[in-house]
Amino acid sequence: MSDAQTQIPVTVLTGYLGSGKTTLLNRILSENHGKRYAVIVNEFGEIGIDNDLIVESDEEIYEMNNGCVCCTVRGDLIRVVEGLMRRPGRFDAIIVETTGLADPVPVAQTFFMDEDVRSKTSLDAVVALVDAKHLPLRLKDSREAEDQIAFADVVVLNKTDLVTPEELRDVEAAVRAINPAAKIHRTTRAGVKLDEVLDRGAFDLKRALENDPHFLDGDYDHEHDHDHDHHDHDHGHHHHHHDGHDHGAVSPIHDVTVQSVSLRGGEMDSKKFFPWIEKVTQMEGPNILRLKGIIAFKDDPERYVVQGVHMIVEGDHQRAWKDGEKHESRLVFIGRELDAERLKKSFDACQAA
Amino acid sequence: MPTVAPLDLSGHCIAAAFLKGVPHFALADGTIHRLDHGHKTSQANDGLLCATLDLADAKLITGGEDGKVFATGPDGEAAVVAEAGRKWITSVAAGPQGAIAFATGKIATVRFADGRAKEFVHSRSVEGLAFAPKGMRFGVARYNGATLHFPATEGKPVELEWAGAHTGITFSPDGNFVVTTMQENALHGWKLTDGKHMRMSGYPAKVKSLSWSARGKWLASSGAPAAIVWPFSGKDGPMGKAPLELGTRGNSMVTSVACHPSEEIVAIGYHDGMIIAARFADAKEVLLRRPGKGAITSMMWDDDERRIAFGSEAGDCGVIDITG
Repeated sequence: MSDAQTQIPVTVLTGYLGSGKTTLLNRILSENHGKRYAVIVNEFGEIGIDNDLIVESDEEIYEMNNGCVCCTVRGDLIRVVEGLMRRPGRFDAIIVETTGLADPVPVAQTFFMDEDVRSKTSLDAVVALVDAKHLPLRLKDSREAEDQIAFADVVVLNKTDLVTPEELRDVEAAVRAINPAAKIHRTTRAGVKLDEVLDRGAFDLKRALENDPHFLDGDYDHEHDHDHDHHDHDHGHHHHHHDGHDHGAVSPIHDVTVQSVSLRGGEMDSKKFFPWIEKVTQMEGPNILRLKGIIAFKDDPERYVVQGVHMIVEGDHQRAWKDGEKHESRLVFIGRELDAERLKKSFDACQAA
Repeated sequence: MPTVAPLDLSGHCIAAAFLKGVPHFALADGTIHRLDHGHKTSQANDGLLCATLDLADAKLITGGEDGKVFATGPDGEAAVVAEAGRKWITSVAAGPQGAIAFATGKIATVRFADGRAKEFVHSRSVEGLAFAPKGMRFGVARYNGATLHFPATEGKPVELEWAGAHTGITFSPDGNFVVTTMQENALHGWKLTDGKHMRMSGYPAKVKSLSWSARGKWLASSGAPAAIVWPFSGKDGPMGKAPLELGTRGNSMVTSVACHPSEEIVAIGYHDGMIIAARFADAKEVLLRRPGKGAITSMMWDDDERRIAFGSEAGDCGVIDITG
């Protein structure tokens, strides 16, 4: 049903009131990039948004009637996207701005679970704005702040000028502990480069993880937007890893309930891996916020990538392994109440003999 | 041999309808085209999202992105009949005695012929609206069921509960049944005298088009590679009975259905733009239109039972004359 040529990319902006969400949105809308956006907001905020096409919609979560509590979608988004897509010539992309307290999961799942929405649009990335000064407080008083970070592909750590270097280090470590797979950008006034938040292809299996060769390396590359030039990530050499797996760094800020489990192994037996990932997501689906991974299958010349949201898992061959590239499998689960030991053991058991 | 008089427009057709015998086509950009001694155009909403026909008044009622409700007559005169601020008008319905209803967010508003309006606030969004055929009663499709209101009185609403998101609603022509379309691939129905449930599932896609046959004996639906036609002539509706499957195709889904005004025949529109007519009794099919540029979104028979106005997602609309 899906028609790749007409699929409109959708970027989801999450973040608390005051995190700089509207500032970033206005930058996206006003910078001279020749693209037109349709913006879906929950309510017109204090700061005006300057755009021709703004749709106000009431966030409305629908449980799918299939007995699964984590299968939720945003009913209002289905309606609005359907309406917008009847006149597709008006815009090139859609931005969904959620309220501070919004759960990002139903927003994302709408783009996978509703066949009409899925056929006309594609989720590009979930971007979380985080106020560096107030994050510790937010993590104390709400689960949503944590969920937004855990679920993000890109975290914009904003208002870094309002904290000391030590505070910033702790805040960043907290973000990293919650979500080791996200790209983090430190900014003031939401001054991130727009190509770092738009057109990321974070849910596109052909592109996901491809633009992040350091995925789960442990030595994360923090790109500062004040940098003059980009590091070239396409160097062919291989990084040496610490052995085994890791349980994710421990957050220096407490009140974190989300954990990540990073798994690493050699070549996998596809006959064991697929039933395993199916079972894990069926059993642990409600606890899994995101999963992402690159899998090396024995006797398979191509990299296999998987990604998931709760119980939804997608996987596909991405590209051929490059010469000299180590055939290694890497998988990260981000969620709550995950049994790291059991995941590791059962993952290891999927390795090819 | 049926003949097709095409009308090639650009844009998604929301509704194709006859007003006093004149074919009208309402597009998503808010233009309303009519074939009245030539192609004429008028402008209604800035962004048209939903439309319904007010047969009593011969008006096309439309709601849109501009938060307005327009009534457009066969003379092309488009007048604003209601305004609801900056939120989208997502559903409209026309009722008896010149009443209309429209939905915006969680509010359903009924506007009577004399201009009085009454608001009904719900805890969740109003997804679909329909008036009952008799009496001043209308139904709201909502999350976890439907609500029936009696806007002319202060009577308490009737709540019909069924888990899941209900997106559209229709009353049977005798007023005995309410049927909703759902976010999942199913219909749900209630027999109003005793509240009995009717679950109509098994569709491979969402049901977006429903049409009652003459005297409400059957309910035709889209959402499958055939028109699924449920029998409603028994006192318990379709319970325990299998539906008819008419016009089955292997390569295209049914996207629109329109029952003949008096005979047991249904016009079936497909995703690829093809239209056929099928007879209930023997499933005999007649090709009315070859595949076109886009999915059929709307069809209506005229009072003479001779012509069908149709619209598509791609704007290739037209009028079929079945007598040729």
